[in-house]
Amino acid sequence: MNDPKYTGQEFKVIGSRVKRPDGIDKVTGRARYGADMNAPGQLVALMLRSPHAHARIKKIDISKAEKLPGVKAVITAADLPDLTEGNAGLFDTLENSMARDRALYDGHAVAGVAAIDKSTAKKALKLIKVTYEKLPHVTDVDDALEDDAPIIQPRYATEGQHGNLINKGEFGQGDIDQGFAEADVIVERSYKTGQTHQGYIEPHACLASVSPDGTGELWVTTQGHYSYRNTCAQLLGMDIAKLKVTSSEIGGGFGGKTHVWMEPIALALSRKANRPVKMVMSREEVFKASGPTCSTSMEIKIGAKKDGTIVAARAECRYMNGAFPGMWGTLGGMTAFACYSIPNNKAIGVNVLCNRPKVAAYRAPSAPMMAFGVESTIDQLSKELGIDPVELRLKNVAREGTQAPYGPVWGPIGIEPTLEAVRDHPHMKAKLGKNQGRGVACGFWFNIGGQTCSDLNIGPDGTVNLTVGTIDVGGARASLAMIAAEELGITYEDVKVNIGDTSSLGHNDTTEGSRGTFSSGMAAIFAARKAVDVLKERAAKMWQIPVESVIWEDGSARANGKEHSNLSPLTLKDIAKKAGSTGGPIAGHHEATAEGAGVSFASHIVDVEVDPETGKTQILRYTVVQDAGKAIHPDYVEGQFQGAAAQGIGWALNEEYIYGKDGRLQNSGFLDYRIPVCSDLPSIDTKILEIPNPGHPYGIRGVGETSIVPPLGAIGNAVSNAVGVRMYEVPMSPPRILKALDEAGV
Amino acid sequence: MRYESPTTTKEAVALLAQEKGQAYVLAGGTDLLVRLRLDTIEPDLMVDIKRIPAMTEIKKTATGFKIGAAISGATLGKNKALLKAWPGVVEATNLIGSDQVQGRCTMAGNLCNASPAADSVPAMIAAGAKAIIVGKKKRTVAVEKIIIGPGQTILEKGEMIEAISLPAAVKNSADAYLRFIPRTEMDIAVVGVAISLKLKRGVIESARVALGAVAPTPLLVKEAAKAIIGTKLDDEALDALAAACSSACNPIDDKRGTIEYRRRVAGVLAKRTAKIAYERAGGK
Ligand SMILES: Cc1cc2nc3c(=O)[nH]c(=O)nc-3n(C[C@H](O)[C@H](O)[C@H](O)COP(=O)(O)OP(=O)(O)OC[C@H]3O[C@@H](n4cnc5c(N)ncnc54)[C@H](O)[C@@H]3O)c2cc1C
Repeated sequence: MNDPKYTGQEFKVIGSRVKRPDGIDKVTGRARYGADMNAPGQLVALMLRSPHAHARIKKIDISKAEKLPGVKAVITAADLPDLTEGNAGLFDTLENSMARDRALYDGHAVAGVAAIDKSTAKKALKLIKVTYEKLPHVTDVDDALEDDAPIIQPRYATEGQHGNLINKGEFGQGDIDQGFAEADVIVERSYKTGQTHQGYIEPHACLASVSPDGTGELWVTTQGHYSYRNTCAQLLGMDIAKLKVTSSEIGGGFGGKTHVWMEPIALALSRKANRPVKMVMSREEVFKASGPTCSTSMEIKIGAKKDGTIVAARAECRYMNGAFPGMWGTLGGMTAFACYSIPNNKAIGVNVLCNRPKVAAYRAPSAPMMAFGVESTIDQLSKELGIDPVELRLKNVAREGTQAPYGPVWGPIGIEPTLEAVRDHPHMKAKLGKNQGRGVACGFWFNIGGQTCSDLNIGPDGTVNLTVGTIDVGGARASLAMIAAEELGITYEDVKVNIGDTSSLGHNDTTEGSRGTFSSGMAAIFAARKAVDVLKERAAKMWQIPVESVIWEDGSARANGKEHSNLSPLTLKDIAKKAGSTGGPIAGHHEATAEGAGVSFASHIVDVEVDPETGKTQILRYTVVQDAGKAIHPDYVEGQFQGAAAQGIGWALNEEYIYGKDGRLQNSGFLDYRIPVCSDLPSIDTKILEIPNPGHPYGIRGVGETSIVPPLGAIGNAVSNAVGVRMYEVPMSPPRILKALDEAGV
Repeated sequence: MRYESPTTTKEAVALLAQEKGQAYVLAGGTDLLVRLRLDTIEPDLMVDIKRIPAMTEIKKTATGFKIGAAISGATLGKNKALLKAWPGVVEATNLIGSDQVQGRCTMAGNLCNASPAADSVPAMIAAGAKAIIVGKKKRTVAVEKIIIGPGQTILEKGEMIEAISLPAAVKNSADAYLRFIPRTEMDIAVVGVAISLKLKRGVIESARVALGAVAPTPLLVKEAAKAIIGTKLDDEALDALAAACSSACNPIDDKRGTIEYRRRVAGVLAKRTAKIAYERAGGK
């Protein structure tokens, strides 16, 4: 895939800051999100959810609810036979969408109702009688590994280890025992991080319609309509091709909309009622029954020589996966020491089950927690060694040729340049006042490629439709239009990008792992190049010369050679106009499993002020430096950097799932689950570095996730520098900071 | 559910009295509509008071100010005379929510919603505000007597608040309000402290101290006032004030803050609030 012709080339459209194509619709309210679609005769669906953290469902009596006038369908797990054919992950999804023999967390769905309106549906919920037998529960990741902890999923318990311990992902190199033996200074600390939610503003919402002929449609807010299609079709026993899923505009996802939640139930209700069914989660349901991230608990140990050479590092982190197993600990283990070159290192990510909702991805999933531990420990090490924390990081930084702890040998990577940019940034020299402190931290995240399929169609007037199967959650339509325009040599305004529904394109993997612009951008490039081949053929036909004599330049076909000097160039529009008589519509298509995804690194600087009497932290100044490979649309890239940092700030300071002793979630709303408001944040400065990814024709790296990784550690380091206490637990909420100050006697 | 928007207080009172089911006064609706959406209430009647002229004006009277029950935070914040006389009451009310919420929310609504954490209530209490209640008969009650528990007031069926009255400004006096929230706005007070005081030659002659969010109801803390009366707000007086506030707290341990934290911060904020009020009153 490495195409040196396009790496380092001069761009015309790429790198400019064009207007977003979805802006007007979004500010005027014309854009249609998950809840904005309606169908004739639609019903309203609501879910009955478990009030218990863990309970056996002894009986569900739906007879009264079914008899209520206006109720058209009631379903429970009894209506959802297991069609998963031994696919454990799919069975988890089935069980998560509707509890079977047990409710596994506060908010787990136990029954669904579809009725003619919301008030009827609400009444019906009250008429469903569920007989529960409460079971012991556990919501803390460390408690879950105690001997007396209830076993959440006996089917996953393995002989010889705790029943709630699913597996361990282990990565590393060298011999850590020998490494620590060689170290002059060793710092070993424990940390904890709270569970956070992506906090997307748009709740899950869909409109499902299944016909008695076995075909169906689903309009839904999602990051992956193909994956939703495949999952729903399999769970409900439908043919994949007969379920058409259309992705609505999306009001944020950050990983939380990569998996189905209530969508299979909406389809099942529609099938049973034989009417379209609309289902919209309340905010409370989003918090309780979608997929937040893991809480964690970890030990980090790092050892160095007096000169600052890190010789050994060990991390062990337990990731709370909720009631169903994921790969979260494994991902965390891979990221732990990726920024550094450490001869002896070992990182272990442990996957643990608890009575909490099934964890989903959240922007660079699993990396921020591990980075909090590692970056906090490195800062403490720098203090013990008396070496500047940025210099210590630079001394041990990973470079091209370093073998990553999880295996691959790095190509050109951006961690050293971001750290150098941080070191040289004016922010580092700005004066600090009383109770103020500065912190720096680094972060790493993967990018993925995956299955991608795109269509490029040229209209009779020469304007272009690019249809892609990845969704636009962060400005992809603008970037992809720019890429198509660049390749075809036309203007950005002449390209309209559409997100195709599942029936219009082949399978596309979910928009996750920062893959949207990387993969669909790659597909757009190759689809456009195929269209250019067709354009050249058509021009040859119009000129009646061999196609070999036609070249494509600046959006026009030119006839090569002296003998054709009388032929003036044909623009794309000229050729498009004549398409009907030269062979029909002009198009380009590309499908592939995109390879060559790069990796991405960032380094952040933050200044904070801590009120020592209340423990409240204010973010004074924030700078993000990240490698983008190639910034297609710099505004959007900066927006991703800022958004990721803002979410990291919220996670670091206030966001946290709070469970009561009863195992119930106490703060399932934005009043007590505190994401930052505008006035909490300074304007976040950004610096884009461009170290091209050799695996992409334009050098693109995914940019959406990496910058949520450093903030927790950076803020922890800054707080420590401001008031002299080290915070070992996130969020660093005011009561926690005040307590730490007390304990330190400050 | 019926919705009515009468144009006189008399009509409003009659509507409330006649309703057999659940009747609610709708002022700004920033609490009521939220509760409606959350299904915690199922009203049969909503009486919107925003079309009643008497409730939508701020009157300067011989004895002070009469603030109509439908006056929004934004309107209150623009009234220069009030701002000068009771800066603490205005700043407390203006802390409610965001710009959007300010366009709607009212002091009377904040009071009748009866949240222990209501921001304007401690400020009204410290200022010696009174609620003018209309119903079968008219009565005027000190604000600190209105709330009797979380979500509970002394208002009887058919009664409503027509206006809030504030005393006239006195020379060398001022008030102030501070709250602690983990964020910078759009949050609920973990602790709120309001203090009004009057100086005589730099010495505090009289004072009222009120606390919010640290007990089931907002508190008027006489001991805390005593701690600073007769002082020039020296460190000793401030410490005594903080101690009195901390010990008056009767908070709960909850997701918003521990008992220990609330007590501590009540003392911290009391000191800061007192300093602001003292300075505003001309103390040095
Ligand atoms: C986003 C948001 C942020 C908020 N932030 C804050 C905050 O920072 N601080 C804070 O204290 N509050 C806050 N609130 C709560 C609310 O805005 C305040 O309590 C506000 O003052 C309520 O006034 P209102 O006019 O909107 O009351 P309404 O909602 O109209 O009424 C509240 C209650 O009082 C009753 N009522 C209203 N007026 C009268 C009357 N004249 N006589 C008798 N009963 C009456 C109603 O029937 C209802 O029960 C917030 C609310 C929202 C939605």
